[in-house]
Amino acid sequence: MTTPAPLVEVRDLRKHFPLGGGLFRRGSGVVRAVEGVTFNIRPGETLGLVGESGCGKSTLGRLILRLIEPTSGDVRFEGRSLYELGARELRAMRRAMQIVFQDPYGSLNPRMRVAQIVGEGLVIHGMGTRAEREQRVRELLTLVGLPADAGDRYPHEFSGGQRQRIGIARALAVEPRFIVADEAVSALDVSIQAQILNLLQDLKRRLGLTMLFISHDLRVVEHLSDRVAIMYLGRIVEIGPREQVYGDPRHPYTRALLSAVPVPDPRRQVDRVAVTGDIPSPVAPPTGCAFHPRCPHAMQVCHQVVPPLERGRSGRAVACHVFPADLPADT
Amino acid sequence: MALLEVQDLRMTFPLEGGGEVAAVDRISFTLDRGRVLGLVGESGCGKSMTALCLLRLVPPPGRIAGGRILLDGRDLLALPEREMRRVRGAQVAMIFQEPMTALNPVLTVGSQVAEAVALHQPVSGRQAWERAVALLGEVGIPDAVHRAHDYPHQLSGGMRQRVMIAMAISCEPALLVADEPTTALDVTIQAEILMLLRRLRERRGMALLLITHDLGVVAEQADDVAIMYAGRIVERAPVVDLFEQPLHPYTQALLRSMPVLGRHTDRLETIPGQVPSLRDLPSGCAFRDRCPQAIDACAAAVPPLETRPGDRQVACIRA
Repeated sequence: MTTPAPLVEVRDLRKHFPLGGGLFRRGSGVVRAVEGVTFNIRPGETLGLVGESGCGKSTLGRLILRLIEPTSGDVRFEGRSLYELGARELRAMRRAMQIVFQDPYGSLNPRMRVAQIVGEGLVIHGMGTRAEREQRVRELLTLVGLPADAGDRYPHEFSGGQRQRIGIARALAVEPRFIVADEAVSALDVSIQAQILNLLQDLKRRLGLTMLFISHDLRVVEHLSDRVAIMYLGRIVEIGPREQVYGDPRHPYTRALLSAVPVPDPRRQVDRVAVTGDIPSPVAPPTGCAFHPRCPHAMQVCHQVVPPLERGRSGRAVACHVFPADLPADT
Repeated sequence: MALLEVQDLRMTFPLEGGGEVAAVDRISFTLDRGRVLGLVGESGCGKSMTALCLLRLVPPPGRIAGGRILLDGRDLLALPEREMRRVRGAQVAMIFQEPMTALNPVLTVGSQVAEAVALHQPVSGRQAWERAVALLGEVGIPDAVHRAHDYPHQLSGGMRQRVMIAMAISCEPALLVADEPTTALDVTIQAEILMLLRRLRERRGMALLLITHDLGVVAEQADDVAIMYAGRIVERAPVVDLFEQPLHPYTQALLRSMPVLGRHTDRLETIPGQVPSLRDLPSGCAFRDRCPQAIDACAAAVPPLETRPGDRQVACIRA
């Protein structure tokens, strides 16, 4: 079996934000938002990236698009390092990579008509004649299920779900091959969320899109993803095919996350994996495994040594001293 | 007698250029002592406004335009504001989605809880502080003696919500109104807060009106569920019946449109269209434009909330 070359390769990516002085009593230090992340995304695949607030998932998404510069590490798109590109080459590359944000209110210019918003990328990248661009915008609006006259109106005239459709049409305009969706359905009501999830699923199939789908919502990620990565305090703690991560989670944090999700079945006895305490600050992460203070299985080694993310035979990788990807029982 | 009985409650906002819209339109429900009623619906359905009505905290120019809110048989809408202030906190308390906006940023959390204690109880300042520390411990704040001196910004979102809960339960209210209490929290923290609410409720025999958009949270916490759509209750039932045999087409569609953990499907069912604007509701049943079972008669009149066998109610001529 040959696997196709990855579309996106992330290699030992790090981002440390310096803490500003003055306001903070100690005046210095860094937030270790992303702390050595490595993974691939294959063409046509959707990788779900899950984690709680402050785990670094949004920072990681922006690093992968080079919207922010990393402290160290590399991102390769179709084999080429994004960080070695000059400004002109980077702009050309940007056509291939787009982002959809959570907040459909804050990310659309309120003074621009929808047709201008959706068509802006086409102008920037010099794609087509004016007539061709207008035609393309109409096609895009239809593609994402907006009414034909939507282009002449302003963002505030639309509901939250419709604004998210505008954001998706804008991202698709320049015919990207890769999309980062950052909490793209999190602000939407459940009935509207279902419409947008189905739209993303359709677009993925029709256009062969590759996607990094970032969300804190495990239910939504399971629905859309082929593979899933679980992030905790700047690191990936488990990554693998959806069925494995959801059906047989290995890392104690993955298990805690999954068991914390409320299930809409009132007869089911709530049986939670106990984790207690808050998520530690990424300014002063715990030594060893960052999850050890909350982990019910922590051993001495977990306090001292950061567990490496080790790949098992089935393709899943886990960063845990106690529960490796390949359990002894598997052999 | 029910602890809380809401009858034909109506809350309106004036429109520019005259007229008004009803954000809450003649809703009725009851809640017994020690029980949990989940009030569920999408944005703008009126669930949060219903909560604010119960405490008479409707933001102007909105106003309560009719109905009765009986707490222990006493109509809260008939009380002078002075007496209503005594009810708030002492008999009915409320917690919100974002505790940061409800806490005072320049006071320590201990002093804010102590203030809540002293508001309704004849205690000295020292007693109020000691009680506050005990309450902070009861809601699971570790090292409460020291953390009581922290300011809200020094605490995490989950800890701030615990402080809100400590304030809310400080005077042992018979009814706690919780408006999306865990929506802003991470899933592991949400699980802890829900567990805390359950423990406090069981220990204190407190009733809970739990307002949420999350059907999973409702399934775990509620005894009864009321579903709201466009300002009205469209269905109410015991929690198991609602999930296993929803009667209203909106409830059915809502349950089918959410992704469920461990039940991977290729496509979710969707509800076509969107929630109508309150200014521009269709005649008759407000859901009929989006309803797969709608018939011509649905446009004729607003379907009343009718009682059905098994202690449940539904507002649909097709159900």
